[in-house]
Amino acid sequence: MSKLTSKAMPASEGFKANRAAHLDALAQISAAAETARMGGGEKSRARHESRGKMLPRRRVANLLDAGSPFLEIGVTAAYGMYGDAAPCAGVIAGIGRVQGREVMVVCNDATVKGGTYYPMTVKKHLRAQEIAEENHLPCIYLVDSGGANLPNQDEVFPDRDHFGRIFYNQARMSAKGIPQIAVVMGSCTAGGAYVPAMSDVTIIVKEQGTIFLAGPPLVKAATGEVVSAEDLGGGDVHTRLSGVADYLAEDDAHALALARRAVGSLGGAGLKPGLQFEAPEEPAYDPEEILGVVPADLRTPYDIREVIARVVDGSRFDEFKPRFGETLVTGFAHVKGCPVGIIANNGVLFSEAAQKGAHFVELCSQRKTPLVFLQNITGFMVGRKYENEGIARHGAKMVTAVATTSVPKITMLVGGSFGAGNYGMSGRAYQPRFLWSWPNSRISVMGGEQAAGVLATVKRDGIERQGGTWSAEEETEFKRPTLDMFEEQSHPLYASARLWDDGIIDPRKSRDVLALSLSAALNAPIEETRFGVFRM
Amino acid sequence: MFNKILIANRGEIACRVMETAQKMGVFCVAVYSDADASAKHVQMADEALHIGSSAPAESYLKGDVIIQAALDTGAQAIHPGYGFLSENPDFVDAVEAAGLTFIGPSADAIRKMGLKDAAKVLMEQAGVPVVPGYHGDNQDPEHLAGAAETIGYPVLIKAVAGGGGKGMRLVEKPEDFQSALDSARGEAKTAFGNDAVLVEKFVSKPRHIEVQVFGDGTHAVHLFERDCSLQRRHQKVIEEAPAPGMTAEMRQAMGQAGVRAAEAIGYKGAGTVEFIVDASDGLRADRFWFMEMNTRLQVEHPVTEAITGVDLAEWQLRVAAGESLPRQQDDLSINGHAFEARLYAEDVPKGFLPATGTLTHLKFPKECRADSGVRAGDTISPWYDPMIAKVVVHGPTRAVALESLHRTLHQTEVAGTVTNLAFLGALTRHSGFASGDVDTGLIGRDLDDLVQEAGASNASAVAAAMTALCLNEAGPEMGFTLWAPLHRAVQLLRDGDVVDLDVQVEGPKRQIWEVEGAQLIAQRRGAGWIIDGTAMPNVVQAGSQVTVFDDYGQVFEVVDPLDRDASAAGDTNVIEAPMPGLVKAVFTSAGQAVKEGDRLAILEAMKMEHSLLAARDGVVAEVLADAGAQVEAGAALVRLQED
Repeated sequence: MSKLTSKAMPASEGFKANRAAHLDALAQISAAAETARMGGGEKSRARHESRGKMLPRRRVANLLDAGSPFLEIGVTAAYGMYGDAAPCAGVIAGIGRVQGREVMVVCNDATVKGGTYYPMTVKKHLRAQEIAEENHLPCIYLVDSGGANLPNQDEVFPDRDHFGRIFYNQARMSAKGIPQIAVVMGSCTAGGAYVPAMSDVTIIVKEQGTIFLAGPPLVKAATGEVVSAEDLGGGDVHTRLSGVADYLAEDDAHALALARRAVGSLGGAGLKPGLQFEAPEEPAYDPEEILGVVPADLRTPYDIREVIARVVDGSRFDEFKPRFGETLVTGFAHVKGCPVGIIANNGVLFSEAAQKGAHFVELCSQRKTPLVFLQNITGFMVGRKYENEGIARHGAKMVTAVATTSVPKITMLVGGSFGAGNYGMSGRAYQPRFLWSWPNSRISVMGGEQAAGVLATVKRDGIERQGGTWSAEEETEFKRPTLDMFEEQSHPLYASARLWDDGIIDPRKSRDVLALSLSAALNAPIEETRFGVFRM
Repeated sequence: MFNKILIANRGEIACRVMETAQKMGVFCVAVYSDADASAKHVQMADEALHIGSSAPAESYLKGDVIIQAALDTGAQAIHPGYGFLSENPDFVDAVEAAGLTFIGPSADAIRKMGLKDAAKVLMEQAGVPVVPGYHGDNQDPEHLAGAAETIGYPVLIKAVAGGGGKGMRLVEKPEDFQSALDSARGEAKTAFGNDAVLVEKFVSKPRHIEVQVFGDGTHAVHLFERDCSLQRRHQKVIEEAPAPGMTAEMRQAMGQAGVRAAEAIGYKGAGTVEFIVDASDGLRADRFWFMEMNTRLQVEHPVTEAITGVDLAEWQLRVAAGESLPRQQDDLSINGHAFEARLYAEDVPKGFLPATGTLTHLKFPKECRADSGVRAGDTISPWYDPMIAKVVVHGPTRAVALESLHRTLHQTEVAGTVTNLAFLGALTRHSGFASGDVDTGLIGRDLDDLVQEAGASNASAVAAAMTALCLNEAGPEMGFTLWAPLHRAVQLLRDGDVVDLDVQVEGPKRQIWEVEGAQLIAQRRGAGWIIDGTAMPNVVQAGSQVTVFDDYGQVFEVVDPLDRDASAAGDTNVIEAPMPGLVKAVFTSAGQAVKEGDRLAILEAMKMEHSLLAARDGVVAEVLADAGAQVEAGAALVRLQED
């Protein structure tokens, strides 16, 4: 396998300028992540701890094996939403190891509005479950939540992908043999009561966890019965009388230890499909240099192989069809020993590139090699020549291949993600197992300039048809709101807040994130692929 | 030379003898008790025979069984080691009667040295200086008191058949003599069945210096002296050779006295002549007196071997096989200085209580000679001496050897049982000992300082926690998080006290620990870790016990978060009916004391008879249902008084 040769010059001004710009962008994300980490803020954290409860991130850490990697999803979910009332969307979710086995942990943060479910909380919980289901990861729910956030009930309760879906997923996963374990470490009210009730194994903390369909105030209002929370649905009640929970824990630490034991008794970890792993090897080029080799400005073209060289084992890349459809780079490599097929953009997509992409997806599907998409795409080439030669037909082949392959797909937005390029490169709608974004990435249906341009052209046509005139100043003024809107909405923090991705990552950690994503994905067997009809 | 011998012993001395014998091409037969079935000496031997149960009287002291074992295996000679049958003249007679060779002195020589008073008379006659005293047969209290006056106070009253400090009393003034005599006699009677005593001069700054002798039955040589003054309750702790401050004149005088003693009894083999030395005025050739002779190889013989280059076990075998003395006196000389420290499984803070346990880990630095009868995995049982090893070091000078001993003890790693390692280490740092100003009272005087325990350092706790959590073997993904690292709590116990730790794993190479408010950075360097600036000590974990080899071994327990039971704590005062049923019988009444598990009543329900048992020990406060009553589930049947 040939080793890539970098042309980067780390001492150059351009390299340094790129790095500085990326570090600025990273600082912004890091600040947002820090806000998320602090949950509901100092006061409510102190109150939480004064009750003898562990803070949610500490719960996660003490559940996981010491030193376990934690691949967190949706770190900045709900960022800038609900008046910033729900940092991290009020729920921590991610993949870590318990007793050596990869699991999905979903942990309510009761310091954030009592752990109640905002719309994004629901979306994040469901996304975590989706990841667990697709990758066959046991789920551990660390429950401490007051249930649905009542002021937002219309966006939380009724629809298909709302609150009820959580329990639907639990039942479906349990049926598929994906273990569901709940640890009740605080409230578990109303619909929330079904999280433990629907779990295979449930642990509850004594005099701290409560499970009930209606809390004491609602009971009093409904029937006049006056009852304490503990007598209504405390740990003693549920482990001794109701049987809603199975194990009674002394405190958080004991409960987490019991959960660890429960995972330990699940038996054989997910079987890794029979891939030919190699001994992991560091890239020949330092991943740190990614910040320097990737231009700060999305419009500046660069060779995506500079990134590949800093992500894959030994910087070795077996490039497939390098002389054909050159704007799409395809080839085989290893990430921490795991074989992958890489599909990366190196410019706008032409028909040849799309055909090559489809071909390569077919190859990987046949070999059951996981796919990694490095997405930096402005779209498919436009114009008469391309439309006439059937670029839509060739693009459709690639989209069909990407949509129907059974191998795990992991997508990383390393630059632009615009238009139909997003589809062919396994955007969110194509259900990659994971989708990660770099801080410099931008996502929208088209570029802001193009969108404003389209709107302006339509407007100008209308005005001129009616014999009017439109000055350049007027046009600029007309474009501004569109440009601003696209600028805001294409930003990764905006995207990640809405869970269009699984999180924004530090580009220097891309290799680790890919490796952990692949490792998680390989808990599920790789099925035979059956492609749809390719438009030939 | 013999081609096969039997070693009638166990532990380190059996191993030590076998090591030499096997080197000489002699096959070795081991004997073992139940407790020693898989002991190191059994493993080392060419053949091994089971001789009885674990109690020494049922195995290692069974002379007839051992002799039969030797005959059965075709061994030609028996090496007794030390202790057990080594100084039993009847055994020697029996060995010889069976046509075997006893590797040691004659029964006659053993007998002559066996009774201390007779031995002293004999030695006096042979021109060996003895402590001024009365060793006569007249046991009349007034006569003995008179003898004490003649010798001059302070005096010691000692049991004639005594040893190990039993039946021994120090008398400072004449008026205390009678009561001291009575109590010494009482103790002697109980311990030895013989209440005869002797009276001796009490030496105010005594040193224990002994001379290693070796005889061929006619002639003897000496292999210089050993100083065994570092004793605790007459148990030697650290021995050395030569004696610090020894003059050439005194060495010659003592050596000659030793040789005279050996030759006077036609001594054959290795023996030790013990002297008491009055060091109140430094070492002087006229201030040493014969105490007793040990007619066997001593525990501390390795220090002599270290300074003379002689293998005493080899000499024992050669001389027993009929060779003459391998070297003459003029061929023997002293090279450098040697120390031996006796490493024991004992709980020093608890008054040096012998300890037991399974050695989960045992490692000595390569530079020292460690004579040990146990390996990692072996158990220190209550049946035998809890010695783990003799650690022997040698150096060109006393100062160098002492430093070496200190370093060796520091690097010695024992886990699974408490040891006296820290105590031995503290001794190597004792200023009086370092300057050679020793006497048998040194340890007793400074005991409090010597047994002071250093508190475990925070770095030790971190090392223990890292090991317990397997955070010291970092994989490439260790501690990976997308943004901020996670914090994790760990709890350890040290001497029953909880130590709370918090760790933030920042990647495979860096961890930030918090221990009791202090922050410590752990940084990976090469294959190891640097904690708070110093290299992480070695650590072993066995079960929940983690031993950090810092400061002679710091032991931590990992708290198992599962080791609790929230459901167990219920109301144990009331015995309830587990289901609706008929009370068939009640077996208790108010005021009755009951034990946990006692049957208090029988409930008949669903065609089954259910015994209702007391959940704890206690006294019945009241019986709430009579036989024949129909009760509901949960009905209280019997109530116990509140604790």
